[in-house]
Amino acid sequence: MRKRRELKRVVNRTDQIRADDLLLFCTQRNERIRLPYFLDYYRKMGIGHFFFVDNDSDDGSLAYLADQPDVSLWHTTASYKRSRFGVDWLNWLQIKYAHGHWALTVDPDEFLVYPFCDTRPLRALTDWLDASSIKSFSAMILDMYPKGRLDEQPYQAGQDPMDIACWFDSGNYTISRNHRFTNLWIQGGPRARVFFADEPEKAPALNKVPLVKWDKRYAYVSSTHMLLPRGLNQVYDEWGGEKASGVLLHAKFLDTFGAKAKEELERGQHYAGSVEYKAYAERLKDDPQLWCKWSERYINWRQLEILGLMSKGNWA
Amino acid sequence: MTVGIVMLVHTALGRAEQVARHWSAAGCPVVIHVDKVVPRKTYNAFVAALSDLSEVRFCGRYRCEWGTWGIVEATQSASEMMLAHYPSVRHVYLASGSCLPLRPVQELIDYLDERPNTDFIESATTSEVPWTVGGLDEERFTLRFPVSWKRHRHLFDFFVNIQRKLGMSRKMPNGILPHMGSQWWCLSRRTLSAILQDPERPTYDRFFSQVWIPDESYFQTLTRQYSENIESRSLTLSKFDFQGKPHIFYDDHLQLLRRSDCFVARKIWPYADRLYEAFLTDAAGAMKRTEPNPGKIDRIFSKAVERRTRGRSGLYMQSRFPNEDWENGVTAAPYSMFQGFSELFENFEPWLAAATGARVHGHIFAKDRVHYADGQTAINGALSDSPVLRDYNAKAFLTNLIWNTRGERQCFQFGPDDNQEINWRIAKDPNAQVSVITGAWAVPLFRSNLDFAAIRAIAARLQKIESEHMDVLRSPYTKARVRIWTMAEFIEAPMEPLQGILDEIGRTKLRRLSEAPKMVDLSGFGQFLQNLKNQGMHPYLMGDFPVERGVENMPKTQRKPYLVQ
Repeated sequence: MRKRRELKRVVNRTDQIRADDLLLFCTQRNERIRLPYFLDYYRKMGIGHFFFVDNDSDDGSLAYLADQPDVSLWHTTASYKRSRFGVDWLNWLQIKYAHGHWALTVDPDEFLVYPFCDTRPLRALTDWLDASSIKSFSAMILDMYPKGRLDEQPYQAGQDPMDIACWFDSGNYTISRNHRFTNLWIQGGPRARVFFADEPEKAPALNKVPLVKWDKRYAYVSSTHMLLPRGLNQVYDEWGGEKASGVLLHAKFLDTFGAKAKEELERGQHYAGSVEYKAYAERLKDDPQLWCKWSERYINWRQLEILGLMSKGNWA
Repeated sequence: MTVGIVMLVHTALGRAEQVARHWSAAGCPVVIHVDKVVPRKTYNAFVAALSDLSEVRFCGRYRCEWGTWGIVEATQSASEMMLAHYPSVRHVYLASGSCLPLRPVQELIDYLDERPNTDFIESATTSEVPWTVGGLDEERFTLRFPVSWKRHRHLFDFFVNIQRKLGMSRKMPNGILPHMGSQWWCLSRRTLSAILQDPERPTYDRFFSQVWIPDESYFQTLTRQYSENIESRSLTLSKFDFQGKPHIFYDDHLQLLRRSDCFVARKIWPYADRLYEAFLTDAAGAMKRTEPNPGKIDRIFSKAVERRTRGRSGLYMQSRFPNEDWENGVTAAPYSMFQGFSELFENFEPWLAAATGARVHGHIFAKDRVHYADGQTAINGALSDSPVLRDYNAKAFLTNLIWNTRGERQCFQFGPDDNQEINWRIAKDPNAQVSVITGAWAVPLFRSNLDFAAIRAIAARLQKIESEHMDVLRSPYTKARVRIWTMAEFIEAPMEPLQGILDEIGRTKLRRLSEAPKMVDLSGFGQFLQNLKNQGMHPYLMGDFPVERGVENMPKTQRKPYLVQ
């Protein structure tokens, strides 16, 4: 709760929110170049209102976001790490504004894909989840990467990042159960394969539960990997069946990544002493190829469903 | 003669209005029941919006909570109004606000005109319906249900349990036989009025008002009393999922619905603009005059239920992570594991690949790296050859490998020097075909250049590991197809087991085994084993090897007589 004092309101347009609006929550730092496509992508999906927490950007993204008619914006100069990677800030906003709404919590480089997303808006999914008495929806992170060097094709503002980073690993994920929070812990993909091949236990977690019918008693525990109360983490079936799930296409690995990794390493604001960024910096010196002969080229959600990365469950 | 539409409405009133106009435009009188939870203001606006249509009426309002008597009361009241005000109505069609007529209304009218005395209502005895959800079938009728299941689930269960404990039970009034079926029916005036005007109706109403989900049994049961011609099916296409809630139709179902040939479908998502546009305004999109046939849609929805309840075998992912032994198949496809074969035969892997067309890997659980077929550094799914990544979760490695390569038979080598963590997983997997030549791990040692002391230590370790592995494979929990030979047994007559293995893989290119793999030269092997014995290490997994035996290369060559020492 004390974290809310770290947040300074920039623009509050929450009075525009209608009772059944779908809300999006996001923290961002210097992501100006990504924002136009990000906003466009989620507006088309049917998000009614965006909540941004800006973590001390200096690239003009603050002003850009403040100008958007469907964005409410807060600013903070406090530590990203000490706010448990932004969730404390967002939890506070969610408690205050998201109660009774479906809330999608994503980063500026995460793009939600769900079953039938090419023909049905997000509201079709949330209506179905409501009708099925399901309160949380899983979407694992799928790291996307380009073929060739990361800086080979520069990303332009407004461009679909998946035009460049259109490759992914389809079948090298490992899962274990976290008994304390009952969530699954998923690792693998290109980051485990290339950056953490010698210490896979340190590879980043890929499980996420980004879409939740919010209640003011709920809270994200660590990023959007797990929630409280624990029942919200039960997004998987344990008796052989498949629950419906989606994927967060993670367009982190663009030409902007080198600079970002360097900056984040200097700030030391990431998980476990930024071990991830240390590993990246180490390997980036050798100019790694994330792409390999067995990389899969992204087509659509149906492809991800067939590959078993997501499921329609009983939504038809 | 025409058909009257009774519409039960509680949400998406805009869509309900659209559909009511559509029915009305085709000359069908409409009586609408609006759920009492709809606020007065909204209700008045809805009535006002339809006030230009003289053939649309609104009946008294009841609270229609799911699974309760209110829905039947609403239906009764609307039906009575329909029969009283529209004498030209010969059939009454019960629909909801989220129902959508798929075929031109005139076709429905014609269809019913040809069947003037038929009642279309799904009606089956309780013992014959598989679709009850929640474990209540006959007890729906014999117990009482004073509280709402949706709002007071614990109290509901409490009442059910206490009645069961006390052995409470009710009799069916007048000895009627309970029937159940879809809530959505189309009844003839004769049958419907007989139900509504029956002097015994108060008795039935009192009884059914305490039945669980009476909207699926009241008319379904009573129709059996009066109807002369029941066609036990609903004219409304309505699919239910495994929790008993209706599947919803969206824009992308348009083609499917067009081909369904059904008169009416539910439930339609209120924002499915294309569906409403196509079926309510596009007369040219009318379907052919054919008997209703929802079979095509059936498949899609039954597959959805199958996916939700059984899932895809061998898949482990974010929303399917079965508990051990509840996997519906540990792995995605059959595969073969060979132990001792590539030690005993010089060219076993290429030979097997040539003979079966399967993908034949080396020791994929070896300590140094994953030995994929053809020396590849990764395989389908970008599964790496790093032993560290593999050993981080060896079970997931195996299930990933089999999942990623489904459609192509996988074979791999295994041995006591490999990571043994997956032994139980494989043993309990019905997809696994495990063939073991015990003791064959000694062959590379026999041919190696190591110090004998080192060999002795290695042999002791490998024998212990393999022996434990064999205990696993022979355990009663094992579901894999397991075949175990001692080395002595196997080299005695190798052709037969090899043929058996090929037959089991099933894709043999050769009908009979003509070319056998080449066995390594075993001359001196018996002495080698004897030397181990002499050092106090007893190699027993190979079976009985005479000191002088083991010179023959291939079984075709003349066998030497045994020497008994």
